[in-house]
Amino acid sequence: MYDPPVQPGRHVLESAEFRRLVAGRWRVSLVLTALLFILYYGYIILIATNRQLVSRPVSGATTTGILIAAGVIAGAWVLTAAYVVWANRQYDPAAAELRARAEKGHG
Amino acid sequence: MQTTLGSPTLSAIVSFLIIVALTLVVTYWAARRTRSTREFYAAGRSINPFQNGLALAGDYMSAASFLGIAGLVALRGYDGMIYATGWLVGWPALMFLIAEPLRNLGKFTFADVVAFRLRQVPVRVAAAFGGILTLLFYVLAQMVGAGNLITLMFGLSYEWAVIIVGAVMLAYVLFGGMIATTWVQIIKAILLLFGVTLLTLLVLSRFNFSPGELYSAVAARYGQAALEPGGLVSDPVDAISLGLALMFGLLGLPHILMRFYTVPDARAARSSVLYATGFIGYFYLIIPIVGFGASALVGREIIRKVDSGGNMAAPLVAELLGGTPFLGFIAAVAFATILAVVAGLTLAGASALSHDIFTHAIRKGHATEHEQIRVARLATVVFGVVAVILGILFKGQNVAFMVGLAFAIAASGNFPALLLSIVWSRFNTAGAVWSIVTGALMAVILIVLSPTIWVDLLHHASPIFPLRNPAIVSMPVGFLVGIAASLVTREPEAEAMFHDEKLRTYLGIGAE
Repeated sequence: MYDPPVQPGRHVLESAEFRRLVAGRWRVSLVLTALLFILYYGYIILIATNRQLVSRPVSGATTTGILIAAGVIAGAWVLTAAYVVWANRQYDPAAAELRARAEKGHG
Repeated sequence: MQTTLGSPTLSAIVSFLIIVALTLVVTYWAARRTRSTREFYAAGRSINPFQNGLALAGDYMSAASFLGIAGLVALRGYDGMIYATGWLVGWPALMFLIAEPLRNLGKFTFADVVAFRLRQVPVRVAAAFGGILTLLFYVLAQMVGAGNLITLMFGLSYEWAVIIVGAVMLAYVLFGGMIATTWVQIIKAILLLFGVTLLTLLVLSRFNFSPGELYSAVAARYGQAALEPGGLVSDPVDAISLGLALMFGLLGLPHILMRFYTVPDARAARSSVLYATGFIGYFYLIIPIVGFGASALVGREIIRKVDSGGNMAAPLVAELLGGTPFLGFIAAVAFATILAVVAGLTLAGASALSHDIFTHAIRKGHATEHEQIRVARLATVVFGVVAVILGILFKGQNVAFMVGLAFAIAASGNFPALLLSIVWSRFNTAGAVWSIVTGALMAVILIVLSPTIWVDLLHHASPIFPLRNPAIVSMPVGFLVGIAASLVTREPEAEAMFHDEKLRTYLGIGAE
């Protein structure tokens, strides 16, 4: 049922701006995914390899491990928020402009 | 301590009846707005990002995470926190890799995206196979969990508990479709977040609102080891494999992916992930406090005596701190949680059967609205009845591994095909079908040969596959098979359509 609709946007598809938009989108995505990997799998590897560090009490009975776990959760949210801020500020305006150009059919 | 757990108290029954009545009123309201397929599967794309964020959180925060993680922290201390972090980290990955393309390319199911430029029949059948397999293991774990928990909390018989869950959730989905299912999720998410927040505050009130004092009390009673990593990460490869399944399994869960079609556009999809990540992150931040509170205030011995898995830690500490009325409320919230999650799974299963198999594979896309809705409702009943029967058949079985298996299948079967179809122009029908089928079967086979089933359930001396979690092998296999099968075949139409697809993926041109 997905017959390709009549696409007036071939000129946009081949434009340098569109290629930059797509490349930029994946660059941001992959950098953030890499940071997520470092954050989470780094945490797992830290527990596996350096139990002393994770078990060290910071104040009273509270261990660094508890703070790091909370930090991983907070960090995951911060990365998500960073993507939204970037996409709302950078990606959406550029995409809207290209979309308008594609739908007008010139440029 | 004395507990009224296991006997149906007035407060539990009243709270439960209020929740069911409220959700059925919502269903009645939704039923009058559910006429087209767009409304039945996608709530008319009328859900706003904040609402969808709550609904996504509702779909994801199951009774297993509420009661299970609190219990794990109560009995095993810090290991429960490691587990909790793993449940959150899929959300940022979902955002970075597939949320927006998924919204722009699809209509009702994730198979819409995979099949976008490929041959409809084989790809739809394969995607429905991967999706339904994921959902069946997931719903089976929920049903058996529901039967056990409701028996523990309300004293109902196991079979009745499963049948009641099946009947009420069928009412939601059958009459109210996605509109009712979404609002049931929203109500449940609010109740769950409210209940757990209240429970956390009550726990902390016993420790001058200082988590540090709570940890000291836990250490005083069970030693500093309760606040240090225990046996969960003894094998880092297995721990990373579990982490991969949890992270990328989310990106292949049909009932979660389906929610992205309920919002108007990609920007709304993006915002809803941020809300969902916030709600779920908050939930996993505070749930360990409830678990630690249970071990410090109730004590591990009593928690273990009531349920050896620790699932009653949160209800027990609720009763200790808030009396029978609060226990009743928490028990009703746990019940509502199960109902809502099963409803979401059933709607996703019905969509795979009706939208992917019936409309696209059997009818080749030519079915009237009226027919599609009828088949969707029939498929809902089929999936719901199968869920109830499986739940009853597996009474008393150890099904704890099944949620992990569902995530492993989703990460190995559904996710690689979904991602490759979005990013790779050479990806084609052979690649998609082989990737989904091999990845999904690989996950199942490796779990059977792993210590989880081969040793623990089948009592062989040693496992054939050494890891408990297969994703670190089965997910790369899913990708490699998808890439290899695409490279040895050519599908010029699929490659040609990739360019048009890109305008839709990145600019939203032509998106539903």
